Amino acid sequence: MEVRSIGPAGTRQVGALRSWQPPMPLLAAPLLLFMLAFYAVPVLSMLMRSVNDPAWTLSHYASLTGDTVFLKVLSNTLYTSLTVTLGALVLGYPVALSLVRAPRCAPVILILILLPFWTSVLVRSYAWMVLMGRHGIINEALLAVDMIDQPLRILNTPLATRIAMIHILLPYMVLPIANALRQIDPSLARASSGLGATPGATFRQITLPLSMPGVAAGVLLVFVLALGFYITPAMLGGPREITLSMLIAQQVDQLNWAYAATLSAVLVGTTLAIIAAMYRLPGVGNALRMSAR
Amino acid sequence: MAAGLTVMNAAGRGAKVTLNDLEKSYDRAAAVAGVSLDVDSGEFLTLLGPSGSGKTTTLMMIAGFETPTRGDIAIDGKSVVAMPPHHRNIGMVFQNYALFPHLSVADNIGFPLKQRGVGKAERAKLVGEALELVHLPGYGDRYPRQLSGGQQQRVAFARAIVFKPRLLLMDEPLGALDKQLRENLQLEMRRLHADLGITFIYVTHDQEEALVMSDRIAVMNEGLVAQVGRPEDLYDRPGSRFVAAFLGESNFLPATVRGIEHDVVVAECDGAIIRALSASPPATGEKVTLTTRPERIRFADGAWSSTAPQNRLSVTVTEALFAGERCRYSLQASDGTAMVLKEPSSAAIRRRAVGERAEIAWSVADTILV
Amino acid sequence: MTAARLLLATVVGSILLFLALPIVVVMVVSFSSATYLTFPPPAFGMRWYTAYFTNDDWLRPTWLSLWVAACVVVVATLLGTLAAVGIGRLPGALRVLASALIVSPLIVPVIVAAIGIYYAFARYGLVGTPVGLILAHTCLAVPFVFISVSASLAGIDPRLEQAALSLGATPSGTFFQITLPLIRPGVLAGALFAFVTSFDELVVALFISGSGAVTLPRRMWDDVLYQIEPTIAAVSTLTIVLTVVLMGCAHLLRKRAPA
Repeated sequence: MEVRSIGPAGTRQVGALRSWQPPMPLLAAPLLLFMLAFYAVPVLSMLMRSVNDPAWTLSHYASLTGDTVFLKVLSNTLYTSLTVTLGALVLGYPVALSLVRAPRCAPVILILILLPFWTSVLVRSYAWMVLMGRHGIINEALLAVDMIDQPLRILNTPLATRIAMIHILLPYMVLPIANALRQIDPSLARASSGLGATPGATFRQITLPLSMPGVAAGVLLVFVLALGFYITPAMLGGPREITLSMLIAQQVDQLNWAYAATLSAVLVGTTLAIIAAMYRLPGVGNALRMSAR
Repeated sequence: MAAGLTVMNAAGRGAKVTLNDLEKSYDRAAAVAGVSLDVDSGEFLTLLGPSGSGKTTTLMMIAGFETPTRGDIAIDGKSVVAMPPHHRNIGMVFQNYALFPHLSVADNIGFPLKQRGVGKAERAKLVGEALELVHLPGYGDRYPRQLSGGQQQRVAFARAIVFKPRLLLMDEPLGALDKQLRENLQLEMRRLHADLGITFIYVTHDQEEALVMSDRIAVMNEGLVAQVGRPEDLYDRPGSRFVAAFLGESNFLPATVRGIEHDVVVAECDGAIIRALSASPPATGEKVTLTTRPERIRFADGAWSSTAPQNRLSVTVTEALFAGERCRYSLQASDGTAMVLKEPSSAAIRRRAVGERAEIAWSVADTILV
Repeated sequence: MTAARLLLATVVGSILLFLALPIVVVMVVSFSSATYLTFPPPAFGMRWYTAYFTNDDWLRPTWLSLWVAACVVVVATLLGTLAAVGIGRLPGALRVLASALIVSPLIVPVIVAAIGIYYAFARYGLVGTPVGLILAHTCLAVPFVFISVSASLAGIDPRLEQAALSLGATPSGTFFQITLPLIRPGVLAGALFAFVTSFDELVVALFISGSGAVTLPRRMWDDVLYQIEPTIAAVSTLTIVLTVVLMGCAHLLRKRAPA
């Protein structure tokens, strides 16, 4: 029984026990070319407008420092992202804890987290519009128990945006933290109480510190996502509260490409800087991969 | 039973393998530093050594999954270094079986036949024969995850020989199994080797396994072959301290050479004259190490005696352990040299006490200069 | 139950309620028969579903979104799977760069990507065309395919491929007979993610759908901004059901051990 004759093939050097890698034509090339053509080049050429419109210049960046609109919008965006991240952390940590501590309820809790996670941002933002409108459930409920006399104006306020964003970003905080908690060796807690620590002390001194990589990952994820949010603030925030992404969209509508490009570069730059700064922390890299579900 | 599978091509069913000065380096570290070996047709050769000795890397080079940085590999006289693994027609059994989880046992075993264009009916026949050979008749429809470790290993073996290769490579195939199962499968492998008549090259770090199964053993250390030979030759005449220590247990006695008498080295150790055998004569006055096996030493006042020339030494018992089959004594000579003596346990033999002084004796033929 | 546990349970219960409430409300409102948004609805009926299914202005964007998503699935799954398999063959530095490029849509804020794509596609003449949508959505969806297939590949014992080669299979034979069947769950999960990503995508569509390629999310957005009519609640409920079913399947696929 002869082996069928096949064309020559070389071997590649890899470490022992790693897979022997035959040379095949570059399989990744089609995708890389595709993304260069339809993603990388478009985005980069747009960003270039921030430095070469009308000629090579850094003036667009320089003028940002005196740009009161930009500064107001930037501080508003950062502040919103910060409060949303904090809110998500405060609400998310207990949920992550219960996911790990109560294994019998875990599937139910997981579904309740994943179900909203799987619905689109548009639908979730719309849902909050329904809840927060003048005739929305919140107002109706408060009126029914006579806590207020007339409907509150919740919609089209910064508060509305933040509540909705916390709601949408909560899973991104819960999942990395739950993951980190799950990886803590259960015998550590037993050892701790065996050595005389109360449950509270065990949590504070053992569990909490060991969950920090997950917390860092969740904070990073939520903050970075919140920075770039567009749909939710646009739907719920009202005209006085503009985020950076909304400002960018506005400028594009008015065909101020150079300005829009400059703002975009600032947004991307800030995002990348924060990721780069926090990526080196242990466990954070994993979380970013997890966020792609 | 195994008739259909054992009909091979040409005279000598097994391949002759020649390794010539084989080297494999990564960056500046050499995993294999110059291995030359001749494996005879139909031989069961084991590459034995501790982890990091280069035995697995050598096997991977023969299989074609690693390319040597220098040297040559010839199978049946033909150099195969430039040949990719799927052309080499070598059977291979991996440590964790590497059975394809999505294919049934029959499809796993039939896989190499399928690659070679064997028709469905012929395939089914050969697969059935292979399953019979490894004592798993009728298991064709099962899936790997439904099998125990030992059964998976047998399927892996069947898959590796169903296409009648002349050479079979095995990389610590029994490592993941428990002791009893391991010992049973060792004997089964010896039997399969005898039936099939092809060349087996086996890698393991377990020296007992090597001693039981092999025609010859190549002991490897730090990328080189320390010694190659039949199991009894390696055990009785270790060529180096490393081989003496790695294969079984050894006592090491520092001594000074006093002279040579009729091919026997006469040395002084701890005030006593010890005679030993040596492959090459040492110089007088040279400081050497003599070695002997713990189970070949006896207490001189015991019931045992022999007409062969003996070495004797005075020692003190420092520890006495009863280990079921044997009693194991730790001894100390007056110059501080530590030794171990193992004797079969028997209710008729007096157990020595700690602190007791005794005289031990063993054959000159069991004393080797390393 | 100890006091601490009770407290945790109450807190977590409320938060989970908070998570579930908006969605439940939307689904309930979609069955309302009132003409304006109010909760609880005065009466129930299928009126808004009927309004949706009989209105071409809603059905056309639905069909467009469905078949754009279908095309995106085909292209993204193909390109993404090949890339995940092939990326291991590239040398170190190149592999890192390539991975970064493929995954970059997850990191770059969508608004920036949207206007960049709009900027270039306007020049290419792709604004307002389904083809433009397919190309853009593929870039956004492919990271999910790539990551899903890569995770599957990483779970395969490399010795399986070695075993196949030692048994005489050619490298491409090994790929089709051994590797591909084993990564099938990852490929399918990635395909499902790609579909949902494209179907739900809004920000890029806002810029490049123009008037010739209005997707369902884009249509919903227009409606929300100009009139808050419960038809959107019906549409939302339908999309919720669709995406939950698809993502649920993807989730189960990822949990399954290799066959």
